[in-house]
Amino acid sequence: MAKDTSYDAVMERRAEIMSRALGLNYDEFIISDIAFDYEGMMAKAGYSLEEVRQIQSDSGVGNTPLLELRNITDLVRKTSKRGFGARILIKDEAANPSGSFKDRRASVSIHHAKKLGYPGVLAATSGNYGAAVASQAAMKNLGCIIVQEVFDSRHVGQPEIIEKSRKCEAYGAEVVQLTVGPELFYVSLILLEETGYFNASLYSPFGISGVETLGYELVEQIRATYGKDPAYIVVTHAGGGNVTGTARGALKAGAKNSTIIGASVDLSGLHMASDNDFNKKSFTTGHTGFGVPFATWPDRTDVPKNAARPLRYLDRYVTVTQGEVFYVTEALAQVEGMERGPAGNTSLAAAIALARELPEDEIVVVQETEYTGAGKHPWAQLDFAKQNGITVKRGAPKENKPGTTIVIPQDFSQITATEMDLNRMRRSYIRNALERNKVKHVAEEDIRFLAEDTKTDPDFVTSVIRDLGVRF
Amino acid sequence: MSDKCKKDDWVEIHYVVLEACERTGDIPEDTRKVPLECWIKGWAEKEGTVGEEVTIKTPANRYVKGTLTRINPEYTHTFGPCASELSAIGQELRSTLKEGK
Repeated sequence: MAKDTSYDAVMERRAEIMSRALGLNYDEFIISDIAFDYEGMMAKAGYSLEEVRQIQSDSGVGNTPLLELRNITDLVRKTSKRGFGARILIKDEAANPSGSFKDRRASVSIHHAKKLGYPGVLAATSGNYGAAVASQAAMKNLGCIIVQEVFDSRHVGQPEIIEKSRKCEAYGAEVVQLTVGPELFYVSLILLEETGYFNASLYSPFGISGVETLGYELVEQIRATYGKDPAYIVVTHAGGGNVTGTARGALKAGAKNSTIIGASVDLSGLHMASDNDFNKKSFTTGHTGFGVPFATWPDRTDVPKNAARPLRYLDRYVTVTQGEVFYVTEALAQVEGMERGPAGNTSLAAAIALARELPEDEIVVVQETEYTGAGKHPWAQLDFAKQNGITVKRGAPKENKPGTTIVIPQDFSQITATEMDLNRMRRSYIRNALERNKVKHVAEEDIRFLAEDTKTDPDFVTSVIRDLGVRF
Repeated sequence: MSDKCKKDDWVEIHYVVLEACERTGDIPEDTRKVPLECWIKGWAEKEGTVGEEVTIKTPANRYVKGTLTRINPEYTHTFGPCASELSAIGQELRSTLKEGK
């Protein structure tokens, strides 16, 4: 008898479907309603750095060039206090087979799926990760389905996402293009059940361990050329995997004094699941619409425990505007000879502002670039913005208003990184952990876990819990 | 261009996954008012006309039924027209780089 595929029936089978599709039992890592053995999960379910390096070497992933942005560094110094303006380096992740760092994440999941004998892989993503999964699946002769959120109810799609659909189809994947809505997860569950495919989730330990090599490599490369560690590692932050994996890799390389800074495009005020707002964003990833909710509640994903836990690693979190990222994308092409996709340059825009804080002999590293192409390009994206009623003009970045106005800076000196209050996000995470798990009493192990998960200490956690009126 | 496909032509189909009334509760009002729709490409199982129901075999070897929307669909996204707001940036930065040298 065919299974009931109504929404409620499928969601009811969610745990069973996910468990089969991941081949991973999370129960053994659970300590309490709040706490779980994160490092135990990463050690047991993920792969070691050496294994990941081998897997990636076999699939053409990683070992990407690290470039020094000499002209951009020069421009930063010209707009800094005397003696300030750190050297800016960039890791050219666009050199991976499908054109982004997401190949690192996909390579480990697809290796694992192949090893366990799954007939294919599925990923629910409108980002570069889809192309990465499709590319890696093609290398391993596995079937591949990518489920994407592409259109609003007028059947109008972001040019950036349409390009990502095309790229997945170019690698031989089936692309399921949906209109806006969180029920994308429901569609994915039906497909996982129907095909018996592996869930190449962005948030499994496999995916995150795949990104560790990025942090490790960049530290190794910087030490080899400059004989020191980077002062700042700037990471474009969306779902949290980029921050988590990069930071873990840098720590494994021993770069304990490097500050991990997340950077997102400010899209405050736009609702991610809104049909009307969908095409008012000119960035479909690397923005606060993912960055904030995934940091303050990581366990909202398609896996029981998210391996991407950005607050565990972030030292600072900054935002930049859409207009600043487009400006910097143009600058990267014009004065560094590197034409790369806009979203990946979010961390570069932040790095330009952050480098001004540091003396000239320090290093700021931007840990990714992504490919560019039709649709995934400032011209296409600004044209689309104008078609959707957004004003585009040059001016002061503070005039940017997500969904209304994109302001391209008038001058290089105007590029600014706006500091987000990380302690506020940490408090919000702790509140979510308590409320969503309906916890009435917090034990010592929970406090220890929450302190680790927010990169704080037990005193900070207990003060937040006390404010929330929960017993411990 | 013909609106008829032959068996094994690369085509696109469309179907409604959830009607507006079947959508989940925790979504914004504007999204709840519209259905969740889906488009998939694959090879036509037999001939058909745009607007008719057809079955396709997808690249993942699934058989999916839906309304035929396009035959040999093209990608229409482009680099777009010149964004005039960006066009001066290169020259501005080059001239700044020359200052003080």
